[in-house]
Amino acid sequence: MLSTAERWGGGEDERPYLPRAFSYARAREGELSFLAETVGPGTRRLAELRPGDGLELLGPLGVGWRPPLAGTRPLLVGGGIGTAPLLCWQDELGPDTTVLLGFRSAAHAQAATLFGGEPAVATDDGSAGRQALVTDLLREELDGSATVFACGPPAMLEAVRAICADAGVPAQLALESGMACGFGACFGCVVPTKEGYVRLCVDGPVLAAEELESALFPGAGH
Amino acid sequence: MTDLCGVQLAGPVLNGSGTFDAIAARRAFGDALLERFPFHAFVSKTITLAPREGNPPPRLWETPGGLINSIGLPNKGLEGFLAHDLPELAELPVPLIVSVMGFSREELARLVQRTGERDEVALIELNVSCPNVETGLVMGADPAETAHAVEHVRPLTDRPLIVKLTPNATDPAAVARAAEEAGADAVSLINTLKGMALDPRTRQPWLGGTTGGVSGPAVRAIALEQVRAVAAAVGIPVIGMGGIASGRHASDFLSAGAACVAVGTENFRDPAAGVRIAAELGKPAAV
Repeated sequence: MLSTAERWGGGEDERPYLPRAFSYARAREGELSFLAETVGPGTRRLAELRPGDGLELLGPLGVGWRPPLAGTRPLLVGGGIGTAPLLCWQDELGPDTTVLLGFRSAAHAQAATLFGGEPAVATDDGSAGRQALVTDLLREELDGSATVFACGPPAMLEAVRAICADAGVPAQLALESGMACGFGACFGCVVPTKEGYVRLCVDGPVLAAEELESALFPGAGH
Repeated sequence: MTDLCGVQLAGPVLNGSGTFDAIAARRAFGDALLERFPFHAFVSKTITLAPREGNPPPRLWETPGGLINSIGLPNKGLEGFLAHDLPELAELPVPLIVSVMGFSREELARLVQRTGERDEVALIELNVSCPNVETGLVMGADPAETAHAVEHVRPLTDRPLIVKLTPNATDPAAVARAAEEAGADAVSLINTLKGMALDPRTRQPWLGGTTGGVSGPAVRAIALEQVRAVAAAVGIPVIGMGGIASGRHASDFLSAGAACVAVGTENFRDPAAGVRIAAELGKPAAV
């Protein structure tokens, strides 16, 4: 959970008020990196930070990626700002890990350059990589030897879930839902699973795709 | 030391029910949580007789200086709570207050009787004010309904009974007086104010439960006034809450007549908020 030390609140509509949930993109000796896209008052305020400004940080929280199923190769699938948690996962798995990334356009695709190896890139308008959806790349790449790790917008995650379910391939999905606290206090970030609601902050944000009927649930990605 | 209905607390700072899950927090932060526990008494999430899944998502909406929640009291039910949660909550270094809500007087009676017979439970809070559940609003909004509920359960336990008042009542002080006359040992307020938000795209209600409860700094001025009015109307202790985010705010509520204060939404922003607020309370107020 992140919030700026100064001027958190008092912005447009007197927001932001609550801290915002982030995956770290990279964790290196004495340094944490985050990817932020300005979509509202919280991310806009975070984007205004200058070197030396204070940042409140609570974490790490929740349950992240589990190792790939024994004997399978990891296949990382990211969409837009959802590439962030795949970056630190590739750091752990190794630079040769296959990475498939989808973006709206070249202007949104800078994160691709942060990955090791040669990530395959698809854009909606073809301005970088292929003009395709990242799920098109996934269909071409997928075989029975893979464990899929995916993060991105809800519609993409739902497509990944369905493709992997059809192929009988295990998948882990990093989901997003509006959070107030990040440590299980508010019960606000629940996601419907086959076993009922789970709190994404303490039981996720990574869930096994098999646990879900759908990655498209009310409030998903918010 | 603070005396709350005969229970000795190391200080006056509590948590609002449903704003801190001590079991989840201990998993997240380890036993360091117990060494610097943020509250002088711990109030559980509200327990109902039957297990509840809670409301469909989305459950949260950020407002100017606050939050609307539509959580819907998810809990394991009375027996699940007694078997699984109570032993873990008993390990907390502070007295335990269990919050209960019944959808009928019989349900409430069973909840009070069963929790009151457990040594781990120091006090019982009756949630008659949750705005997310229809009957809660009806019971706590009406002095006579509140009095009937308290009279019904008063003989069933020797534990002190706290009545959590709703701000969504015409006259919370009248409800507080009725609770006191019916045998309540303390009152706590405010619960959340009823509110709603629209999805900016669809123009339909954003929250899965349609309406929710507003909390946070946005409600502090309203809470302070209601605490003052209730404290002036009753002789029993008042636990004041509503948007408290600093020692100064807590001090305001104590000056308005509260015997104890509770921290709610601020816990979401800072799990150690209770520690900070208690420390700030101990210092002379900055001018």
